[in-house]
Amino acid sequence: MATTAPDTGEGGTRRDFIFVAATSAAAVGAGLAVWPFVNSMNPSKDVLAEATLEVDLSPIEEGQRITVLWRKKPVFVDHRAPDKIAEAQNTALSDLKDPQADADRVQRPEWLVMIGICTHLGCIPQGQRVGERLGDFGGWFCPCHGSHYDTSGRIRKGPAPTNLEVPPYSFVNDTTIQLG
Amino acid sequence: MAGGPSREYNNRLIRWVEYRLPIFSAVEATIGRDMPTPKNLNYWWSLGSVLFLALIIQIATGIFLAMHYVPNGAMAFDSVEQIMRNVNYGWLLRYVHSNSASLFFAAVYIHILRGMYYGSYKAPRELLWIIGVVILVLMMATAFMGYVLPWGQMSFWAATVITNLFSAIPWVGESLTTWLWGGFAVDSPTLQRFFSLHYLLPFVILGVSLMHVWALHVHGSSNPVGISARSKQDTIPYHPYYTSKYMSVIGIALIILAFLVFYEPNFLAHADQFKPADPLQTPPNIVPEWYFLPFYAILRSIPDKLGGVIMFGGSIAILFLVPWLDTSRVRSARFRPTYRYFFWIFVLNVILLGWVGAQPPEGAALVIGRLATAYYFAHFLIVLPFVGWFERPRPLPESISKPVLKSGTPAAEAAE
Repeated sequence: MATTAPDTGEGGTRRDFIFVAATSAAAVGAGLAVWPFVNSMNPSKDVLAEATLEVDLSPIEEGQRITVLWRKKPVFVDHRAPDKIAEAQNTALSDLKDPQADADRVQRPEWLVMIGICTHLGCIPQGQRVGERLGDFGGWFCPCHGSHYDTSGRIRKGPAPTNLEVPPYSFVNDTTIQLG
Repeated sequence: MAGGPSREYNNRLIRWVEYRLPIFSAVEATIGRDMPTPKNLNYWWSLGSVLFLALIIQIATGIFLAMHYVPNGAMAFDSVEQIMRNVNYGWLLRYVHSNSASLFFAAVYIHILRGMYYGSYKAPRELLWIIGVVILVLMMATAFMGYVLPWGQMSFWAATVITNLFSAIPWVGESLTTWLWGGFAVDSPTLQRFFSLHYLLPFVILGVSLMHVWALHVHGSSNPVGISARSKQDTIPYHPYYTSKYMSVIGIALIILAFLVFYEPNFLAHADQFKPADPLQTPPNIVPEWYFLPFYAILRSIPDKLGGVIMFGGSIAILFLVPWLDTSRVRSARFRPTYRYFFWIFVLNVILLGWVGAQPPEGAALVIGRLATAYYFAHFLIVLPFVGWFERPRPLPESISKPVLKSGTPAAEAAE
């Protein structure tokens, strides 16, 4: 212990420094070692391999809504009738909880494509099948906690914070879209 | 967890082990066979033993169910049907497991209400109470993940709704839910990790429960009059007096469990649970198991996603603060004429919330739910602090044995 620097009383000794350095290194090492465990719970590569999906629009009649499964999520495709389009376009943005113009949500007004998952807590809103509730605004209604969506899939009433999400898609030709 | 041997053991083998590893005395110091216990404990104090029984039943049946269950989205539902139809006594193991979960929660809620009525959480037992709330949270997580495993419709949508609670957290919510799911929706990876955690957490609960008992035995049980034991006259040994009393309560609990298992095994189940999980079809009215209904009602009564999640978490988290929110120095509600009424209003309000939680979220149920939610928090934030200040408590007895032994003339002495 002859080589140990004398304790000046203000700073620490060499031994204190080594103690702090070793403890910090061990803490950083432990922190780094946690990451593989945490990251193993993130989506695996096969899940991440983004599937794209082509949807044939030609058999969908005006006023008809269909549901397709894309990346294990339901996607609503709605062939909107002119009155529904007008209703969506004529809604004042000030009436909206999550203001977004109908034109920003569609590529062609007659085709509304959205991820069919309520933005509240992830239920599938009703309105895709004949006879289901459409909610107070003629769009969709989530039965779990009572969120109402309008004919553009925008949240109008209830606990959901945002509009139904529009997935990335493109028109391959006039009657086919590709999701993803 | 004291060290040295506190007693001489007659059995030579026990003596041999004790000399090398003082495990018997350590267990006795913690579990407290001879622990002096207030002699006036009523039946509301017996739920702890029922809870330990329920935990052991759950672990035992769960280990054997896990030998047959397949935690995979494609096979989980069928493997549960396999357990029900083909595995020898599989139906019994599963029905005991699912109904015993209800017994577990019924007992824990009565246990908690006992603590609230008799002020068991007051100094020096605050940490004991906090450990108890930790156990409640662990139980809720375990029960929720267990409910997902059969991979029925309610499993799937309960998992979806509850995991989506985390998406309300600003900034990190989206990536956090993706991380929880191991994908972009609830799916097989979610199911598999839930199975892993559902197997792990009961053992964590067991460990924390031992801490709960350890903390309990530092200052001993509270009691219905809420004053500490002062003399030997106030206490009796735990064994055989309370062991025999609690055995009778365990018998009643087992009769209730057996009735449910053998006569009404699906009384507390939901019809949608008999349909395999379908990610494309949400059941019209998602309801959780009965023991989550009051909290679910609180979640749904807030018309804002983040707000609902905060209130939902807050409704449980606020229990941690109860020892400091209650300002009264008198423990037992027996001597608190005002608090006593508020306690029962609180109980009725929670039952009302449970009813609201089972209704579709619209119309009168929504309004009632909001009022009941407001009252739930008002009980903790307004009633507990203010009643403690304004209330004039009734005079406390001098000792535990005074009210037990009738107006100060000890019956035991009279008999001698």
